[in-house]
Amino acid sequence: MANFYTDNPDLKHHLTHPMMEKIVALKERNYTDAEKFDYAPLDYADAQDSYDKVLEIVGEICGDIIAPNAEAVDHEGPKVENGRVTYATPTQQNLDACRKAGLMGMAMPRRLGGLNFPITPYIMAADIVSRADCGFENLWGLQDCAETIYEFADEDQKQRYIPRVCQGETMSMDLTEPDAGSDLQSVMLKATEQPDGTFRLNGVKRFITNGDADIHLVLARSESGTTDGRGLSMFIYDKRNGGVDVRRIENKMGIKGSPTCELTYKNAKAELVGSRRMGLIKYVMALMNGARLGIAAQSVGVSELAYREALSYARDRKQFGRPIIEFPAVFEMLATMKAKLDASRSLLYECARYVDLYKIYDDIAKERTLTPEERKEAKHYSRLADALTPLAKGMGSEYCNQNAYDCIQIHGGSGFMKDYACERLYRDARITSIYEGTTQLQVVAAIRYVTTGAYLNLIRTYEATEVRAELQPLKERLIAMTDKYAKAVETVVAADNKEYADMMARRLVEMAADIIMGYLLLLDAQRNESFTRSAEVYANFIEAEVTKHSEFIAAFKPAEVELYKAAE
Amino acid sequence: MSLNIIVLAKQVPDTRNVGKDAMKEDGTINRAALPAIFNPEDLNALEQALRLKDANPGSTVTLLTMGLPRAAEIIREAIYRGADGGIVLTDRVLGGADTLATSYSLAQAVKKFGNYDIILGGRQAIDGDTAQVGPQIAEKLGIPQITYAEEIIDLKDGYVTVKRRLENGVETVKSPLPCVVTVNGSAAECRPRNAMRVQKYKYAASAGEAARLSDERKALLEKRPYLNIPEWGAAFVEADPTQIGMPGSPTKVKAIENVVFTAKDARQLDGAADAEVEELVKELIANHTIG
Repeated sequence: MANFYTDNPDLKHHLTHPMMEKIVALKERNYTDAEKFDYAPLDYADAQDSYDKVLEIVGEICGDIIAPNAEAVDHEGPKVENGRVTYATPTQQNLDACRKAGLMGMAMPRRLGGLNFPITPYIMAADIVSRADCGFENLWGLQDCAETIYEFADEDQKQRYIPRVCQGETMSMDLTEPDAGSDLQSVMLKATEQPDGTFRLNGVKRFITNGDADIHLVLARSESGTTDGRGLSMFIYDKRNGGVDVRRIENKMGIKGSPTCELTYKNAKAELVGSRRMGLIKYVMALMNGARLGIAAQSVGVSELAYREALSYARDRKQFGRPIIEFPAVFEMLATMKAKLDASRSLLYECARYVDLYKIYDDIAKERTLTPEERKEAKHYSRLADALTPLAKGMGSEYCNQNAYDCIQIHGGSGFMKDYACERLYRDARITSIYEGTTQLQVVAAIRYVTTGAYLNLIRTYEATEVRAELQPLKERLIAMTDKYAKAVETVVAADNKEYADMMARRLVEMAADIIMGYLLLLDAQRNESFTRSAEVYANFIEAEVTKHSEFIAAFKPAEVELYKAAE
Repeated sequence: MSLNIIVLAKQVPDTRNVGKDAMKEDGTINRAALPAIFNPEDLNALEQALRLKDANPGSTVTLLTMGLPRAAEIIREAIYRGADGGIVLTDRVLGGADTLATSYSLAQAVKKFGNYDIILGGRQAIDGDTAQVGPQIAEKLGIPQITYAEEIIDLKDGYVTVKRRLENGVETVKSPLPCVVTVNGSAAECRPRNAMRVQKYKYAASAGEAARLSDERKALLEKRPYLNIPEWGAAFVEADPTQIGMPGSPTKVKAIENVVFTAKDARQLDGAADAEVEELVKELIANHTIG
């Protein structure tokens, strides 16, 4: 009888962020859909009520079905036989519940059978699902791929595939190959055009999450003789056509319920999405950004579980005649876990709102010409979304891992046993900072916003927001941290040494992220006093972090890079 | 084959989450302190009905409930999960009914409804725990009944085959239609609310509820007729006034007392030999602590 949405008031705080009114009005085209669809909202309050009610369903399914199934899913796992994957029995129950509840294709437009939810409440559902079962979030969350079909495929393809996703068919994105992981430009899967305009795919993919999905998005080389990203195109493979088999599923450390497949393509019929050669440079980039936001949500959900498990154990466990939560060493850990959780969640939804705004403008642009004002806004939000996505994914997943680690630490010896959920979530958490681009690659994506000053500009806009008198000292501290950050950036840029700058990049990106999250918590506290504690605890935490990084950079000489290179 | 399926359901106080203030001083239930919920086994019955509907396209599932106008809440809940609609049997004169008067009133409503193929309901409600209403309705309608149903295995050619969960095993029985089937809590859980249906039907209201709504919401009910949940009264179902409500209820409550269990004495058994454990179990069975 647990409800993972209603038991967590922080979610509603983010769902009702003031910016949502604008997002929903744009998404609903000023509520004109209400004339065409009997389930479309009549106004903003009605839309919010609908999100609330649907998230309550998500919370109930998560609390009553998915979370209680998580342990059995972890034990049983999926199987592969004759090239086909069978999910663990409880995984099938989870999927069945989500299908019956109509939670597939949540963000798809109504005309294609979706709920037309903005990204923000959809991402909130992902946050909730991840708390219930990190691995199941992958199967459910791959409905994201429908977004790529919606954005780039032609109308006929949208009509044929998206309603199927909304009805509950699952998806996969087939990108990685044995020799093309982080470096997707090296993808070799061969796509050969047929006289009828369709393609045939031949080759191998590896590490494909839910690789036996009903509908696949596939990155393949359509331009023979090419070797880089410009020879790659995006395809849809429909399992009904056959030609792709699962050779094996990986035996993983965590997220065991989510089958990670090696796929063989033997003359598999596929159809092109959008334009040739745009596969990697345009479509996969968009797909990845969506997926990264999904992993950021997954990280926050797992962080939430880690915090709750640790808190409840620390309250129950007595040593030296007292619950261990009464010891400073433990309560400091818990307060910091909560602060990291709250910080990463605030960044997640800040990012989701920007993604919403620019994507909705892009969608409106298909119906009518945007006004110059709207075009300017769309561009602004698109930049912010691109800048915040790697931070939300990178920092969110690192915090998720840190919280999982501390969760076990608080459990002591018991946490090392298989008896508590913390052991599973520790294993599950580990992948979040690796897939959809490692933290190191998130830094590569983010560093340009350090050097262009985009993060600093964003921080300055937060700084310009008035806050209550009692929050002013907190703001002063954030301003001081910003100065340290700006100085560190100056130092690194002034050296004009690429290798040195690359080595310092993670520190700079983390400083920017720390300060941005610090401000977001400050603004949360401004709107809702319950965030004041986390805002203060987090400020203490990042003040030390920012100082550490700034001192490292101040003391480090570019020539020292040589010291770190592999010895002969 | 399309079926007309009636599901009998009741809105009940959530007696599973009883707090300190659940009972009033006089020993009656403090309804204000307990949230009103969909009687759990009626949800099991609804799931069986929805499965019949899935297997027989074109079928309709109608919820029938007797209670206050706010019992329309469970009709909305059922619609969110896939039911087609529902009827609230509500009337001041129906109040205070025991199981006899309740089953008479509901049977009259079923007769008014007319054309039905099967009636499903939960085994019993968690507020009264009598398990009498379903069987009594079957008797009043003069049709067969199957109790303790766990699964409807098959429905075809005018017969339904049902697996019953009994104390010491299972039994599979077959009955001609129409009949009443009361469903056990061990049957499949009800499917979740559907996101699209929740958004479509969340403003559905009974006439009693509609009276208290804003003009804007009343206008919506006018514009979208499917949002109106019918309310039936005693006269509408042609109920005999002497057989309903208080006058129709022979059950008279003499007294209700609040029993608090207290441990009186404790005994420690020494040793862990099988014989002693056996003796303990025998004793616990003998004094009805277990078994």
